[in-house]
This record gives sequence, structure tokens and C-alpha cells, in this order.
Amino acid sequence: MIVAEKNKIAEMAENLSGLNAVDGRSLWADARRRFMHNKAAVVSLMVLTLIVLFSFVGPYFAVWSNEEIDWAVMGSAASKGMPSFQTGHFFGTDDLGRDIFSRVVQGTQVSLMVGVVGAFIAVLVGTLYGAVAGYVGGRTDQIMMRLVDILMAIPFMFVLILMLVVFGRSIGMLFIGIGLLAWLDMSRIVRGQTLSIKNKEFIEAARAAGVSSFKIITRHIVPNLLGVVAVYATLLVPGMILTESFISFLGLGVQEPNTSWGALISEGAGTIRYDTEWQLLFPLAFFVVSLFCFYFIGDGLRDALDPKDR
Amino acid sequence: MSNETIMKVEDLKVYFKVMPAGAMPWTKHHVLKAVDGVSFDLKAGETLGIVGESGCGKSTLARGVIRLIPAESGKVLWLGKDLLELDHKEMRARRQEVQMIFQDPLASLDPRMNIGEIIAEPIKTHHPETPKAEIKKMVEEVMVKVGLLPNLVNRYPHEFSGGQCQRIGIARALILKPKLIICDEPVSALDVSIQAQVVNLLKELQEEMGLALIFIAHDLSVVKHISTRIMVLYLGNMVEIADSADLYDRPRHPYTQALISAVPIPDPLIEKNKELILIKGDLPSAINPPSGCVFRTRCPKAQDICAAQKPEFKDTGNGHLVACHFHD
Repeated sequence: MIVAEKNKIAEMAENLSGLNAVDGRSLWADARRRFMHNKAAVVSLMVLTLIVLFSFVGPYFAVWSNEEIDWAVMGSAASKGMPSFQTGHFFGTDDLGRDIFSRVVQGTQVSLMVGVVGAFIAVLVGTLYGAVAGYVGGRTDQIMMRLVDILMAIPFMFVLILMLVVFGRSIGMLFIGIGLLAWLDMSRIVRGQTLSIKNKEFIEAARAAGVSSFKIITRHIVPNLLGVVAVYATLLVPGMILTESFISFLGLGVQEPNTSWGALISEGAGTIRYDTEWQLLFPLAFFVVSLFCFYFIGDGLRDALDPKDR
Repeated sequence: MSNETIMKVEDLKVYFKVMPAGAMPWTKHHVLKAVDGVSFDLKAGETLGIVGESGCGKSTLARGVIRLIPAESGKVLWLGKDLLELDHKEMRARRQEVQMIFQDPLASLDPRMNIGEIIAEPIKTHHPETPKAEIKKMVEEVMVKVGLLPNLVNRYPHEFSGGQCQRIGIARALILKPKLIICDEPVSALDVSIQAQVVNLLKELQEEMGLALIFIAHDLSVVKHISTRIMVLYLGNMVEIADSADLYDRPRHPYTQALISAVPIPDPLIEKNKELILIKGDLPSAINPPSGCVFRTRCPKAQDICAAQKPEFKDTGNGHLVACHFHD
């Protein structure tokens, strides 16, 4: 009976050989579909895209560059520097007469870059470190994870501030500082996931087939981790932006003439007593809306990628 | 079928180190004897069935043989070479001759890969220079061979049923044309009609390609159907090994007798009047196995000598080996 069936299948296969192969729906495609059904996440993604576009296209609309000083406004920002289309200061000016619109565009670029680059470093280092520790296991795992524990026990804000003071305040230093510390959490999460994946039968199947450990990590473990990593990374970006803002708020982060959301908010907050609330509100609005977007996207990704919610 | 012995396992032992609950780092670990001195040989084209209750070391034995789990001692001679002494590189090269099929069909396929990639993985690993078109052709051939439509290559494992997933697993094992396939309970997770299909498929492929199989199961009727010889394991020890029919008709070890009496017969009249040998108690712990014969704590025939002396393997004729002081 089976033989007959097999002949039939061979026959069918021949008939079908003219047809194209059926496209399957991968787990990624499924996740994308679920993500697209999540309205908050999709709207957030669109808003965020607009903000990113704004940071690149904004300078072409600006009347004033971020370094120009409007001498007419300088010193009397409260009365002459308010947002207006006539003067070309769409978001108003600061006390020195610099255009807030251009400054926000620049701050958006810097803040998003800090967030994305920081998260990227964290994802790259954390994923590889965690996957290796989890897959190799045993003593290697013990040593690698204890090292993470030790690094985690160091008060990181304190170290970051010290680094900025000792090595000078530069944006490169900020990247290194934030990125190097943010991978710790990532490596722990990835290690935990790796432990659960490594005991699945498909890993054993790959080992039985003779696939090398390195290939198993890159071909089987990392792709199966990416769901968790993607979710965590989107939630990491706002964390990075917040940290950078806090450091800049303290006056240690981004230095003039560069600026960031944190630095702008800090300046705006400092002058709020003089009736120049636009100096605070515009950067703050960008900051809050972006963070909301990141969190909603992170939530949407988690719902889309979480296998238990299927 | 040639009668050449392709695999000879001698006194294989697989031990695990287990830390007792609440152990301190300096506490001495316990030793769990998962497989304790198993020997058998396997001829080309033959099927060796391995049966035993849960936790008796069936799967550990299979993994120990192909070094997925490190063995404590013993020898695994594969075509005359001891697999346990090969270095990693040589071992990896040998792996293309011995493939494995797993219990959970879906879990044994990477959910992020489509089945074309899954089936092609062994070729890409062992023969990375193979051109893409040829790989595609080989994948299609092997898919037809296991009864899958080749136009499904771009689908993902979660789009298939359990039986189909097992066929994909078999296709992956077959693509390198191995000499031996180790089947670790390949049908336990499938329902009965699909079990029959998969077992028959394996049998048919075996005849076609001259494969040897090591077939692990806890379902005796399935094992009987496919095996030429059957080995019974109990607590990591071999209890009896014999030709399939011989073992069924004349089980000599009390444990085997009990196992076979427990197989349901699909005839209510016979089933009703059948004498059922019940074994009392649970499987003892492999960390602290009974002295002498490991089965003595539950054996209806146990006497003093069973505790004192471990029974030797005795040939009772026709290659029917049994380890019992009082075998029938």
C-alpha cells in the first residue's frame, strides 16, 4: 500500500515539477502580520519615522542654522524670541538668540544616534557573549557570568560620570561608556534564552549531523534568539536616550555647539522662570513622543514575537 | 544483505555526575550510572530494537554510541575504528555515516529555517563545495523518497503535521546516504495510524538503501514489527538480547516475560484469559542501584545469590543472551 502511495507521490511530483514551489510563511512573516495588526505600534512606527525624517530634512527648512545667533533677539528672548513664522524661528529662540528649531533638529540627530548606536553595541556584544556563555556552559559559563555580575555591581552612573570627567567630555566617550555597560543585561537575557534553546532537539540534531559549535551558535541559536533580542533592543533605545539626557542634563554629556534633547531640556528648564516656556516645551515634546513611540513599538514587537501568545 | 558487522559496542558505560540537593561546591558528587556496561554488535542492513521502561537508559545509550554524550568507558567500533577515541575533526567526518531521528518531530526541526534548508544542512556541513543546483536536486529526490511533495521546500516546520515533520527528519537523516540511522523513539509522539506509516517507510527505506537501524521504543509491538534483533534494557543494564521472534516466543528473563505479558492483544477473549505478570514497585534509583542483579528488588524469582552476585551473560543457544541466575 505504501509502495503504491509512493509511486503516486512520485507521479504527482512529476506533474508538479512544472509548478513553482509553494512559498511558506516563516515565523518572521507571521510576526510581521501580527505587528501590523497592532494599531498603537504601527502609529508609533509612523510617528517615529517622521521624527527620524525630520532630523534629516529639517535643516533644509530652517531659516537660521544652529550656530547662527540672531543679534536682534539676543538678550530679550522673552519678548522677541517667541515662536513665529515671520522671524523664521519656528520654535522660538533661546536666550542667546539661537534658533530652537535648528537646535532641536540637531538634538534629535544626536539623541537618536546615541540611542541606536548604544543599543547596537549592547545587542552585538551582549548577544554574542550571552550565546557563547550559554551554549558552551560549564566552567566557561560560570566565569563569564560572574564577570558580568561583578561589572553589574559597579555603580555605573558614577563610573560614567568619572570617565567623562577624567577622559574629557566627548560624545565618543559617552558612546563607549553607555554601550559598554548596557550589554550586561542583554548578555544575561540572551544566556537564559540560549540555555532553553540549546536543549531543544533541533540543536541535538545539528550536533548529530556534525555541525560545528560555531555554526550551531550562528545558524541555529542566534536566529532563534532574535525575537527576544529585537524586543529588548527597542526597549533599550529609550533607556539609552534617557541616560544620555540625564548625563547631558547634569552638564557632562554633549558639549556645545553640539546639543541633544537632554541638553536642550536642561537649558529650557533653567530659563523657565523668564516666560520662555517654548525653550523647554519643544525639545521636551520630541523627547516624550519619541520615548512613547519606542515603548509602544517594543510592546508591539513583544506581542508579535512572543510564542506563548499565539 | 551482507553479514558484515558494521558496529560493535563493547562494555559501554555512560555515567553522569549529579550533585545532591543543597550541595556545597566541595560536596562529592553522586554518580548516576545511566548505561552500565552494554555490549552488542550490529550487522549491515539489520535492525536492532532497544526496549525498556522510561529512564532505563535507552536514549542515553543511543547518544553515548555516537558521542552526543561523552562515555565513561568502553569501545564503539564503527567499521573497525573506535569512535570514542577519534578527535573532534575525525568524529565530525564520521557523523555523515551515522544519522539520527528524534522523538519529537517538530522540536527536532529549527523553526526559523524552511524545510529545504533543514534537509540540506547535512550536505552543506559535510560537502560545502556542492553547487546549489545539485543540492536542490538532492533535496527534491530525498523528499520524494520519504513521501513529501518537493514543491513544499520553502515551507516552514510549523506548517506541517507531526507525521510530515517526522518524514522531514527522516529525509534529513537520509540525504547523506548513511549506513546507520539511530531512531530515538521516532514514533512515540505520533498517533497510531501515522506510526504505522512512518515505521513502514523506515522499513522500506532500509530495504532499498541497505540501512542498519537502531530502533528505540517503549512500544513492544512496534519494535517487534521492525526489528531483526531486540535488546531489553533495565536500569542501564542489558537484561536480554535475542532475535525478535525468539524473544517474543521464548522470553527467558523474568523482566522480559513481564514486559511481553503486558503487551495488549487486540482480541478481547485472549486478552481476558491472558496471564499477566505484574512487577511490583518502581524502578530503583540509578544513583544507588541494587547490588548484584539490578532487577532483584522487583523480581519474583529473586534469591540470596541475586543480591550477592551479578549474573553473567549466558548464551542459551541461537545467540539468545540472557543475564539471570534463574532464567527459563
